Amino acid sequence: MPADSWHPDGWRLLLVGAPALALVALFVAPTLIMALATLQLPDDLGGLAPAVVRDEAGLHLALTLENYQRVLGDFVYLQVFLRSLGYALVVTGACALLAYPVALTIAAAPAKWRDLLLLLVVLPFWSNFLVRIYAWVLLLGPEGAVARLVNWTVAFTGAGPVVLMYTPAAVLLGLVYVHLPFMILPLYANLRRHDPAWLDAARDLGARPLTGFFNVTLPMSLPGLVAGAVLVFIPALGAFAVPDILGGAKGSMIGNLISDQFLAARDWPFGSTLALLLTLAVAGLAGLGAAAAARLPGNRHDA
Amino acid sequence: MRRSRTLFGAALAVYAFLYVPLVLVAVGSFNAARLGSSWTGFTLDWYRRLFADERMLAAAGNSLVIALAATAISVVLGTLAGLGLARYRSRALGFLVLTPMAVPDILTGVSLLLFFVLIHLTLGMASVVLAHVSFCISFVALVVRATMANLDPHLVEAARDLGASPGAAYRRIVVPVIAPGIVAGGLLAFTLSIDDFVITFFTAGVGTTTLPLQIYSMIKVSITPEVNAVSTLLMLVTLSLVVLAARLAPSALRSGE
Repeated sequence: MPADSWHPDGWRLLLVGAPALALVALFVAPTLIMALATLQLPDDLGGLAPAVVRDEAGLHLALTLENYQRVLGDFVYLQVFLRSLGYALVVTGACALLAYPVALTIAAAPAKWRDLLLLLVVLPFWSNFLVRIYAWVLLLGPEGAVARLVNWTVAFTGAGPVVLMYTPAAVLLGLVYVHLPFMILPLYANLRRHDPAWLDAARDLGARPLTGFFNVTLPMSLPGLVAGAVLVFIPALGAFAVPDILGGAKGSMIGNLISDQFLAARDWPFGSTLALLLTLAVAGLAGLGAAAAARLPGNRHDA
Repeated sequence: MRRSRTLFGAALAVYAFLYVPLVLVAVGSFNAARLGSSWTGFTLDWYRRLFADERMLAAAGNSLVIALAATAISVVLGTLAGLGLARYRSRALGFLVLTPMAVPDILTGVSLLLFFVLIHLTLGMASVVLAHVSFCISFVALVVRATMANLDPHLVEAARDLGASPGAAYRRIVVPVIAPGIVAGGLLAFTLSIDDFVITFFTAGVGTTTLPLQIYSMIKVSITPEVNAVSTLLMLVTLSLVVLAARLAPSALRSGE
């Protein structure tokens, strides 16, 4: 007997085939086209030169490794990749630091409060992405509250006013702000499964609260931390709008480099090459995260 | 005890970090001052200007049309995918549904740009709708799959044993159970579409402007409290849609699980 007797054979075609076809057309095909474009040359007016050309000798492929040589040959591109990796790492760490107090508080809250506290974490995430960046444009701009507070403080040290907008610090702040919910939610999902008796036992054995956190809660919450880290690190690495709006030239990331190739320089093959390298980095990191999660001790509680 | 109080204080500070910037955007939309953070008096002028701004209204109209079209298409495909995921253990479909959600927006944007140009689809409303469908399907599928967990398969088998055709069993039993999931998924798709900036930025071409694209150009060119006003309205719309979706399918929207 088939797994479910209530579906005639043809239904699989509809329920699996139709959406799969749409996703192949709108996700797989564009990705493959982008991969092929990395081997092509730019057309005279932007876009792509044909991959197959016809001349006196007949049809032949016009593919090149030039784009890869260019990425690897110029330190500028490697530098932007490294900077983006560094930013994503700092952002992930900062999100973890901010997420633990919130996730621990929600997990320890009375049941009737938990849903509300969780909703309060999720709501900003659902408000418009650009609006959340714009909020920081206002706060960090010369007239903004944060800028004035910082400069008021700095004035006591006798230093001149500092500019906050269009700096790497602004990019980091903006990235932490938009990605924080992605860290809090998986961390909470893990922490709520912790048995309070674990910490009681640690305390009975003489552990102080901080010792209990570092020796019990933290190690047992690693699966949640890894899940959150993947959810923060990947979009932060591929960020475009945050560095574009808050960063200016000094804080630009891979996303800006890719966007420039497509929209300003109109060198699509080179832009595709950068994009494919970013895709590979993302896929590698996701795989690494999955492998790490599978090896962690607390994992069975998370399943 | 001291530890929990410190912890609570830290959590409160993080909540403030999440909310204060957004509250200030909303407050600024009622501030008579043109720039800066000092309050000089209450006004609705920025909203009046907003509703007199032709470009803004055109952008809002485009956003609405795109969101409705993208929602309609992705609800159909996403519901099929959700049912497919729940009933058949298809790893291929699971991969196709989940992977696009993990890909940074910029990659989706540029690869779709290449794709549309290659198939000679003129960039505009249609390309944006297709681009939005590409990321909305997954969200609808996951919400619908989650509500399928509420379905007792024996009910369907009983209906079939009693002579209902597969189509009738679907209409009378499956669809009513997953209806809240379909509606919630549709609301999410609508919200995601109306909110999207990055993917739209790459697939809209020169002539088509949506609300987020219009906000972007205003942030880049000239910031006025009109941006605060449109931001505040947009926040109200999307938040009410999400809260509505969460009421309809609470289990499906509890993220992180």
